[in-house]
Parts: sequence; structure tokens; C-alpha cells
Amino acid sequence: MGSSMSSTIVATRPLPENRISPVFRFAMLLPGGLVTFFLILFALGLVVFLAFRGNDGSLLGVGLTAENFLTVATDPLYWTVTLRSLVIAGLVTLATVVTAYPVAYYLAFHAGRRRNLLLFLVTLPFWTSYLLRVFAWKIVLAYNGVLNSAFIESGLWKEPTLAFLNTPAAVVVTLAHAYAPFAILPIYVALDTIPKSLLEAASDLGARPFTSFRRVVLPNSMPGVLAAALVVFVPTVGDYVTPAMVGGPASTMIGTLIQSQFGKANDWPFGAALSVCVMLVILCVVLLGRGADRRFGSRI
Amino acid sequence: MSARTDTNAGGGWLGLYVLGYLVFLYLPVLLIPLFSFNNSIQAAFPLQGFTLDWYRTLYGNPALSGALANSLIIGVIAALGATLCGITISYMDLYGRSPLAATISAIARLPILIPGVIVGISLLILVNLIGLGPSRISIVLGHMLVALPTTVVVMRSRFAAIPKTIREAALDLGASDWTTFRRVMLPLSAPAVLSAFMLSFLISFDEFIVVFFLAGTEPTLPLYIWSQLRFPRSLPTVMALGTVILTISFIIAGTAEILRHRGLGAARHNPA
Repeated sequence: MGSSMSSTIVATRPLPENRISPVFRFAMLLPGGLVTFFLILFALGLVVFLAFRGNDGSLLGVGLTAENFLTVATDPLYWTVTLRSLVIAGLVTLATVVTAYPVAYYLAFHAGRRRNLLLFLVTLPFWTSYLLRVFAWKIVLAYNGVLNSAFIESGLWKEPTLAFLNTPAAVVVTLAHAYAPFAILPIYVALDTIPKSLLEAASDLGARPFTSFRRVVLPNSMPGVLAAALVVFVPTVGDYVTPAMVGGPASTMIGTLIQSQFGKANDWPFGAALSVCVMLVILCVVLLGRGADRRFGSRI
Repeated sequence: MSARTDTNAGGGWLGLYVLGYLVFLYLPVLLIPLFSFNNSIQAAFPLQGFTLDWYRTLYGNPALSGALANSLIIGVIAALGATLCGITISYMDLYGRSPLAATISAIARLPILIPGVIVGISLLILVNLIGLGPSRISIVLGHMLVALPTTVVVMRSRFAAIPKTIREAALDLGASDWTTFRRVMLPLSAPAVLSAFMLSFLISFDEFIVVFFLAGTEPTLPLYIWSQLRFPRSLPTVMALGTVILTISFIIAGTAEILRHRGLGAARHNPA
């Protein structure tokens, strides 16, 4: 559409690319530069710095020590909680991505005129309060809550059960629901950008629909799947609200421990060390994802 | 793309699945408005009858209206800041031709890869260090950070959708960088600017994970809700309040979505 217009406007002489005035450049880079370097990089640097300090009750701690990390590495409690966080976040990521894929597939290939409406409907919950979405699950799963009362009302059960609330399973379901909208969009974008000629070529060469899905569509959508997995995994692995609301004591996650170091436990350097460990874990996952992307997700 | 219509039979089953998925996505959330009209303290079936009493308890509650005022003020200021940063960062990323601009743009999207709890504690340490302490200004800074990736992505895709030739024509005809930005590029992206503002307001208005660490004596609305969840008696009031918040969120998000796609056709068709 833009081509008819550009043919009339495009200049024949060299384009004025590099004459941005220094004042304009400075003014335009200032707000973003302040926010990114001060609020993001400097603040994260403070966390790393604090992680290597001892706790004496002061803001920035005292001395230079690796003791916080030694505690994390040697106390089995932190291994248990970290492992639990990884398992819960892994299950949530798996459930979210697997259930989102068919929706993204439908949006990309079958939605037709309903596509924009459906895209809007699946992204809308993303813009509603996370706290309210978690709260909704609390009233669903509670002892005298929606699920129990509905089952008793329908005659399936006689007694309400405590089995729903305060379990790790409740955390997985709640988080999978809360982060469901995150997964659809990246997968949809990846599917939508697969050249249609590839699918035609596959069917012209005799591939049956399932073969063409397995050999053409799935590998080509892997970058989107990995991006989706990442945007679900990162917020869930550090979550502390959902375990507190529906998880009970058996579902304490690493985010809960970090939060309590800056609250009740009041050991900021140790909380900072836990945060650094979480960031390292996320870094490992990102690098693994990069590797998987290179291995399986090769684009043409 | 429009050729990809519903052609094979597999689409029917898949359509059913999508419908089920939407039900799963919305059903738990819609229970909140349902029980907010229910004449019982318990959120349980069978429903006990229709009432507006829980909405009446929202009026004349000074703690609630204080939290609402805080949320509105913080939301507007944080959204202004995040939108300004989103505009300048993405503009310089696309047209600034400097490694610094590209670096800033990359760092601005970094908060996506950091769990909220770590964003919260890093800012808590920072605001204590510079003497602000937990306060409304600290919350504004935190919410600017949380909303920044969204405003950068929205503005970047909008600037990228404006044909390059329009900016080049303005510069060729002698407009300064500043004039080109203010008189050409900004008006062409006005709907996206408004959309970025509304979305970042919404992010701030609903945000809980970061604000938990940064709030002083003046809570925001989500913090007020959190404090009420301890009391079983106030659950219906929370559900009435939640219904109001959900309605506002749906309206703002819907408007922002419409705005984000509006006006691009005009930019492409009318060179004038």
C-alpha cells in the first residue's frame, strides 16, 4: 500500500541520516537513560553488592563476605524451596504453553474474520488485576467455596473437602490461569509469520497434514514457543502472592523467602543473595532456551 | 493473509477447544461480579438472592477512597513518565543511529526477564539509599519500570509502521530534528501514545507485586484489597470493589486496543 506513495516522495540525493543535532540527541536520550541506568542497572547492581555484605541491621550491611551464598548452598531448606519453585514454575510453563498452542494455531490459521476479536479476548485478562485473578481462585477452591458448594449442590459429594486449597496443585492451577494470556501472543506471532508457501510446498510434495505440522509448522514456531515459555517462567518462578493466597505452608516458593528477608526476617543482605541466585537460575534457563532455539528452531 | 480462512474440517474441533479455553480464562474472574451481587457473606452456591448492599459499603469508606485517590494519582504520574520514556527510547532506538540508544532500548525491556519480587527489593534498596524511603514517589518510580517494556514495545511498533519516507521528506524539506519529531512523527503516532498511556496507567492501577515493597503509610487500591483479605467478613465488599476495578480495566484496555490500531491507514494513504 505504501509503495505508490514512496515512489513519488523518495529523494534521489543521499538521505540526511547523520545530522542529528547533539542537543536533540541529548534531550531525547535523557529520560530513558536516567531510568534504565539508574533505576534498572544501578538498582540491580545494589542487589549484587548487598548480596556480598554481612547483616548488621544497617541499609548496606557491613564487610565483604560470601557467607550468604554459603548458607544458600549448604542449607537443604534453600535447595528444597528452589527445587520446588523450579518444579512449580516448570509445570505452570508446560501447562500454559501446551494449552495455549492450539489457541494460537487456531488464531493463525482458522480464525478468519474473527481473528481480531479473538486476539482481543485472549489478551484482555492480561490487563486485569493479577491480585483479583488469584483471589478468584481462592474463592473457587476454599473449603466453603464455589467448587465444594457446587459439587454438594449437584449431589456429587456429601461433605466439602479441604483437598483443593493450600496445596502445591492449587498454586500450579492458579498460576497457569493467571499467566495463560502471556503464552498465546508469542506463539501466534511465530505461527503467523510462517510463509504460506512453505505449507503449500509441503502439501504439494505429498506431506499429509500431520506430517506437515510436525515437520514444518512446529519447528518454525519453536522461537515463539520458547519466548512464550520464558515470559511465563520468569514471573512464576519468583512469585510470592499465589503461594501466600492459595498455597499454604507446603508451597513456600523462593519469592516467599526473598519477600520475608525484606519483611519479618529482616536480613536484607541474605535476601539480596537469594535474589542473585534466582537471577542466575533465570540466566541459565535463558541460555538453555537460546541453545534449544539454535538446535531445534532453525529458521529458513 | 486473508486467504487463510477456515478451510479444513479440523478447524471445527479446534474452534470448540478455543471456546472452552475462553470459558476457562473468564469463568473464575466472572465469579467475582456474580458473588458481589449475592446476599451472603460466603462465596458459595446456591446463590442467596440479589443485593446491592456490598456496593453500598463502598461509599463513605475513608480508607478506601484514600487508597483510590492514591492509585489514581500514582497511576497518572507513572503512566506519564513511562509513556515519555517509551516514546523517546523507541524513537532514538529506531532513528538515533547510536549504540547508546540501542543499549538503552535493550535495558528498558529487561524488566520482563526479572521477577517482580526482585524489581521490588532492588528499588526498595535504592529508594532507601537516596533518602526517599517507601513513599508515593517510590511507587511512581517502581510502576514506571514495570510499565516501561509495554510502552517501549507499543511505541516502537508504531514508529516502525510509519513509512520511513515521511520522516525523510520532512528532514529534506528543512525541518529540524525537533520539528520533525514534534510536528510529523508525534502527531502520526498520537493514537499509540494515548494507548501506551492508558495501558501503563492500567498496569500501575492493578500492580501489586512491586508496590508491596515500596508503599509507605499511603496504600494503593490493590494493597487495600490485600489488607482486607484477612477478614472473612469483608470478602463481599472486596468482591464489589473488585467488580468495579474489573469493569474499569476492561473499558480502558478495550479503548487502548482500539486506539492502538487506529489511524495507521491515514498515515499510509495520505502523504499530506
